[in-house]
Amino acid sequence: MPVDLTILLFLVQDGVINGAVYALGAIALVLVFAVTRVIFVPQGEFIAFSAMTVYALENGRSPPTAVLLLVLGVLAAAATLIRERRHLTPRVLLVTAAFNLLLPAALFALVRWLAPMRLGPWAEVPLAIALVVPMGPMIYRIAFEPLAQASVLVLLIAAFGVHFSIEGLGLYFFGPEGIGTAPLAGGSFSLGSLVVTGQSLAVLGAAALLLIIFHLFFQHTLLGKGLRACASNRLGAGLVGIPTVLAGQIAFALAAAMAAVAGILIGPIQTVYYDSGFLIGLKAFVAAMIGGLVSYPFAVIAALAVGIAEAFFSFWASNFKEALVFALLIPFLLIRSLGVRPHEDEPE
Amino acid sequence: MSERQAGSEPQAGVSERQAGVSRRDSVLPALIALAFLAAPFTGLMPAYWVALLDYIGIASLVALGLVLLTGVGGMTSFGQAAFVGFGAYTSAVLTIHLGMSPWLSLPLSLFATAAGGLLIGAVTVRLSGHYLPLGTLAWGIAFFYLFGNLKSLGGQEGLSGIPPLRIGDHPLTDPRLYFVVVWCCLVLAIVATRNLLRGRVGRAIRALRRTTAAAQSFGVEVPRTKLLVFVYSALLAGLAGWLYAHFQRSVSPSPFGLTAGIEYLLMAVVGGAGRIYGAILGAAAVTVTRDLLQDILPWVMGSNGNFETVVFGAVLVLVLQTAPNGLWPLLAGPPRTPKRPRRHPGLAGAPPPAASASTASGTGADALLDARNLHKNFGGLAAVNDVSFDLRAGEIVGLIGPNGAGKSTTFDLLTGLQAPSAGQIRFAGESIASLTPPDIARRGLSRTFQHVHVVPDMSVLENVALGAHLRGRAGAIRAILGRDRHEEAVLLDIAAAAVMRVGLDAQALQPAGTLPFGQLRLLEIARALCLGPRLLLLDEPAAGLRAGEKKALADLLRQVRAEGTSILLVEHDMSFVMRLVDRVVVLDFGVKISEGEPATVRRDRKVVEAYLGGVA
Repeated sequence: MPVDLTILLFLVQDGVINGAVYALGAIALVLVFAVTRVIFVPQGEFIAFSAMTVYALENGRSPPTAVLLLVLGVLAAAATLIRERRHLTPRVLLVTAAFNLLLPAALFALVRWLAPMRLGPWAEVPLAIALVVPMGPMIYRIAFEPLAQASVLVLLIAAFGVHFSIEGLGLYFFGPEGIGTAPLAGGSFSLGSLVVTGQSLAVLGAAALLLIIFHLFFQHTLLGKGLRACASNRLGAGLVGIPTVLAGQIAFALAAAMAAVAGILIGPIQTVYYDSGFLIGLKAFVAAMIGGLVSYPFAVIAALAVGIAEAFFSFWASNFKEALVFALLIPFLLIRSLGVRPHEDEPE
Repeated sequence: MSERQAGSEPQAGVSERQAGVSRRDSVLPALIALAFLAAPFTGLMPAYWVALLDYIGIASLVALGLVLLTGVGGMTSFGQAAFVGFGAYTSAVLTIHLGMSPWLSLPLSLFATAAGGLLIGAVTVRLSGHYLPLGTLAWGIAFFYLFGNLKSLGGQEGLSGIPPLRIGDHPLTDPRLYFVVVWCCLVLAIVATRNLLRGRVGRAIRALRRTTAAAQSFGVEVPRTKLLVFVYSALLAGLAGWLYAHFQRSVSPSPFGLTAGIEYLLMAVVGGAGRIYGAILGAAAVTVTRDLLQDILPWVMGSNGNFETVVFGAVLVLVLQTAPNGLWPLLAGPPRTPKRPRRHPGLAGAPPPAASASTASGTGADALLDARNLHKNFGGLAAVNDVSFDLRAGEIVGLIGPNGAGKSTTFDLLTGLQAPSAGQIRFAGESIASLTPPDIARRGLSRTFQHVHVVPDMSVLENVALGAHLRGRAGAIRAILGRDRHEEAVLLDIAAAAVMRVGLDAQALQPAGTLPFGQLRLLEIARALCLGPRLLLLDEPAAGLRAGEKKALADLLRQVRAEGTSILLVEHDMSFVMRLVDRVVVLDFGVKISEGEPATVRRDRKVVEAYLGGVA
């Protein structure tokens, strides 16, 4: 089918908006992989859950996310008690109780109280992020901390296990229905033959802002530098006194925050189901892989490229768009592999 | 000390077990298998269980392939379900659209799966590290969407009305009859897999995960072996797909998607990746659990949920956290060691072919190995800088120098594990600088490694037999059909002789992982001898040996030289080196600083400075 300028611009716009969301996901993936060597498969759940949280709040209901957070908090506390049973200090108990039990309980009470008031997006969005972010470190504690020394492969398989569990819980808590949230910014205007919606500008603006904050955080704060140190050499970072377990939890929290924002941005654009996030996360993952799971700028550029490619695939061969997007990964994986000497053994 | 005690204890147990194994090995499993196959017809087994066992058998085939691919070969695949889809859809299309008999569509389905596996594998097995599983993930998803969107495959609804298997006029629709078909296939697959893993190719496959460097150095073509495993596991999945299609009588995309792929991986991990019977255990555990959960959980938790995935995910994580080797090893203990080969008189004593060739040519004066102006740079670091030396046939030459002098890198250059940045290497008059490690091994150059490269869960004897890889010819098909027994006996005999020469015969049947460091070095020497080398490269062979063992080693090396094998050796124990070698080459910071007879080199000021620091 021929593509005229209007269609071309429309496809590019569509692709860039999706690409911006993938970019957030890709950054989160690179971050988590660099610091913990975990490929953050459950990110998709965070994306879906945050969109569905906003939806519940919009409708004046207390979001099921709050209950899920309570469940995860109890599990994380239990995991801590079991693993640290030989050296439980008052401090460990206090921190565990505060973070895993009190915080979720407080958030639970807060949303119950605030939800019926329908306070609008300026209250709903921060609430949704606040409900999703603590899940990141909790999941790290429950599933990945004991595997910190395991190979990338074992961590990857475990990440899929976590993904399945949380996705299943998502179905229970959120139900099988799809939702769509209200646009963050209404209106639209014409730019030549192209119609630009306020929502798409909001997506681009928010994504760009978050990426800039992220960059500044890593370049200019002590915490950011500590995370970078863990990323480049975990053992070395540990030896100079950077707590690597804490670094893992922070990485998971940041990644959960990125995913939550991605979910909030995608909510008004497409219908979100409890399992929609997985596919979004996978595409972010394709982008992150094209960047080799190490380069933030490459991941962002690749994410935009994946978004645009997807838009064109859906125009030309909509049935095969998913197959094509994932097939796109193979040549890049091959190029990545060529750089590595063939006889190097994966450390076990 | 404690290692030694631990090492000496199992010996008695091994020989006892061996005697029992030989009879039990064939009769008991056969009886169990027969009783099992007859069980559904006794009326004691509810129909529900028979159908469940059918599904378990089908899943076991896929899991068995994954055990081989992931647990043994070290390649994790998330996309195995796609190959099940290949087999199922091929047979569905052929039988529905072309009216073909399912028995005829079986070979075609397997062929389609093998062709698919070959194409996908050719790309995938070249991926390194964690890129490989991610690649399988990518095409697993891609094929899932392809299955669901191709009109000829029925889209999301799939294809129904697939004919059942028939024998004469009797359709095999009864789950009890199908049970026999499924489990016969599984038994055949297990026998084939065991045969494959036992032999020469099997040792190469088992070395893939732990030490591709050693495998290559003894002539294993690593990419080809990986591809072989990949296609073999795809074939098992394709067979499972064919069985599934004609049991279910309809196909749709969802059983061949990513979730299914991960479920198969779960089976392999839960059962114990790397253990054949772990595949069945894992398949049974996962299938039964899923079935129970689907029955029970909606009662407990309400129908609005997909709780088996919650439980599966949690179980997967828990297994990885608490029993990373899976459940089978917990039930069955460590893997059994193979039987010791019968002695073939006359074979073991014969000098290895390559060595005899070199004595026959008897070119004592010409250089056997000639390295000219070798360079190896890692970024800005010149690990080997313009090093030249030679070695004449029948010589023992020592390559010495302080730590970081470039000795091991030189070994890697000579054996092709690393390509020189510049320079020439000639071996027996032929340039080998651009050859691959297997090609260099083929020319009669074998080596040991400074950091030992052994397969810890393989017995000492089998590890050593990896060195004889190039002295056998049997391929995968011969092994699967069990037609490699004679050659295997010969290879294991060569290995046994080498094991005896280095004095490890008492430990021959122990897993190599249980040996102390010094004995692992001896194992590596035995393995290197099995190649029948014209030139033996030894990287710190005496490290970790006691005085008596060192003397025995020196005697052995002199004897090896007397048989016509030349030796180049890196070693830090100066008294060991100086007593043994004809000449010494001294490296320091990648540069050759001295060369000559031991007595001369010992007096060389530069050498003394390099070892002791500047003389004040």
